[in-house]
Amino acid sequence: MRNFTLPSEELMGSGHLGCQGCGAALAMRYALKALGDRTIVVIPACCWTIIAGPFPYTSLKVPVLHTAFETAAVAASGVRAALDIQGDTETTVLAWAGDGGTFDIGLQSLSGAAERNENILYICYDNEAYMNTGIQRSGATPYLAWTTTTPEKAPKTEPKKDIMAIMVAHGIPYAATATVAYPDDFIRKVQKAKSIYGTKFLHVLAPCPPGWKAPSEWTIKLSRLAVQTRVFPLYEVEHGERYILNEPKEAQALPVSEYLKLQGRFSHLSEKDVGAIQELIEKRWQKLLRMVRESS
Amino acid sequence: MAALIGAASAGARTFTATSAHGLALMHEMLHWAAGARLPIVMANVNRAMGPPWSVWTDQNDSLSQRDTGWMQVYCESNQEVLDSVIQAYRVAERVFMPAMLVLDAFVLSHTAEQIEIPDQSLVDEYLPPYRPIYKLDPNDPRSFGALAPPDVYMELRYKMHQAMEDALDEWARADEEFSELFGRRYGLIEPYRADDAKILLVTSGTVTSTAREVIDELRAEGRRVGLLKIRVFRPFPAQLVREALRNAEKVAVIDRNISFGMGGIFAQEIKSALYNSPERPPIFGFVAGLGGRDITPKVIREIIDYTESHDEPEDLIWVGVKR
Repeated sequence: MRNFTLPSEELMGSGHLGCQGCGAALAMRYALKALGDRTIVVIPACCWTIIAGPFPYTSLKVPVLHTAFETAAVAASGVRAALDIQGDTETTVLAWAGDGGTFDIGLQSLSGAAERNENILYICYDNEAYMNTGIQRSGATPYLAWTTTTPEKAPKTEPKKDIMAIMVAHGIPYAATATVAYPDDFIRKVQKAKSIYGTKFLHVLAPCPPGWKAPSEWTIKLSRLAVQTRVFPLYEVEHGERYILNEPKEAQALPVSEYLKLQGRFSHLSEKDVGAIQELIEKRWQKLLRMVRESS
Repeated sequence: MAALIGAASAGARTFTATSAHGLALMHEMLHWAAGARLPIVMANVNRAMGPPWSVWTDQNDSLSQRDTGWMQVYCESNQEVLDSVIQAYRVAERVFMPAMLVLDAFVLSHTAEQIEIPDQSLVDEYLPPYRPIYKLDPNDPRSFGALAPPDVYMELRYKMHQAMEDALDEWARADEEFSELFGRRYGLIEPYRADDAKILLVTSGTVTSTAREVIDELRAEGRRVGLLKIRVFRPFPAQLVREALRNAEKVAVIDRNISFGMGGIFAQEIKSALYNSPERPPIFGFVAGLGGRDITPKVIREIIDYTESHDEPEDLIWVGVKR
């Protein structure tokens, strides 16, 4: 553990409506600790529509704007413009969307905001399916995973969309991955993002106990294993060019089976399937290493 | 529209303009803007919906958004468009409902017309700065648009309807005070040579200007015909329409739109407004000028002649359609 103190300020109440062990709830708590109370949160349709609490309650001590599924980035751009014109350049505008609202439905508005380099922080908490509506596959669902629309006999045959590559291709000043298993890394990245002008994108893996079919007390464990097995490497990309790996390149990765075997959504996999997933992960890892090498 | 919703929620005065498919594309967010009670003002150039692609005028784009909670004002001239933008902010920011100005493609858009640009200081006097009661503000954190369970949702919808009812008075007041400062007024509806008319023609948008000419000609020929222009369509000025039509022997409505399977939308609205009224003249519903086909003085004459020569009203009469 590096020298690290979790900011003591709590901007999220304990009375939120997240499921037990919700990775997305913990992610919000860390994000707000990093950003502080001069923050406005924009939430499209996603699990957080519910977690934030129904009218007249709210689980956040910062302003929240709920908006439609595809509009997180563009609504955040509007909030930013209004703050700027009123002379408030200090407040951070945080778009906080799930994988469905980012990888699929909100991609064009996110791409538009990124292309215009809107001064917003966009965090995608990725639980790898439409969890709020009952675990339907999204573009973020991993290869061969079970969801209600990709049942065991016909699991998802497409690999997870590489959202980081898409965002990096926009040349935005900052993009990074993070998980709740490494709060020091998570908070450092949010604070770094806050200090940069322009569009910042954070891709946060957010384990979902009901959707992943895993016990709620394993959220941190699964987040850590996702990094240790290189299913979800931690890295940053500056200005679409400079790749920074947040772990030793040489460290021996754990086999992906260590991660998969803890989750019911992968329980139907054969050894051959696991091998195919391992291969896919190795391929993406080698690509990432190549990018790191080429940019250093 | 989502950008405007974000900006208006954070306390800014906002404006955009769109047309046809652009409007249809933002349908979801039109509901959102109204439900969020944001006084956004937008101009919509009336253009026909595809397919097939069309860039010419008709009202199906804006009338498809009738039930989103937006106020709608159908304008006759470019001066009226500009004046209505100023009036719309005034009304929208009092009742907290969004407002859409509607203007016909190519007849008003893409054309040059001399207009008087109101003096900025007078506009400032007429329209004070926008100061929302609630906005996204880190000093006063609130949540906007959160899940509303059945025990509160209906009340929020009731309040939107009440705001629309209030908007009828606000439009009248806004128009009155506008006329005091700028010398122009438009009304929510405008009767033209309607007092002793046996046949009343009902129009909206630029067809009205053509109809004025035709009415003048017919009056010169000694025929008792008049005109009613519907300017404010939402909120619908039902009482004013009832009063304006009560003494007519027949009413002919020109709809530059079509609700497939029913008929012209203005005709439906007017019939609906009159049904519970003791004085309800027969209503002839004419659909004309779809996809930018010209509604010429000749076409309007035919419509009036048809109405005059038929005793039984018809819900839907297609004008000039090639069969």
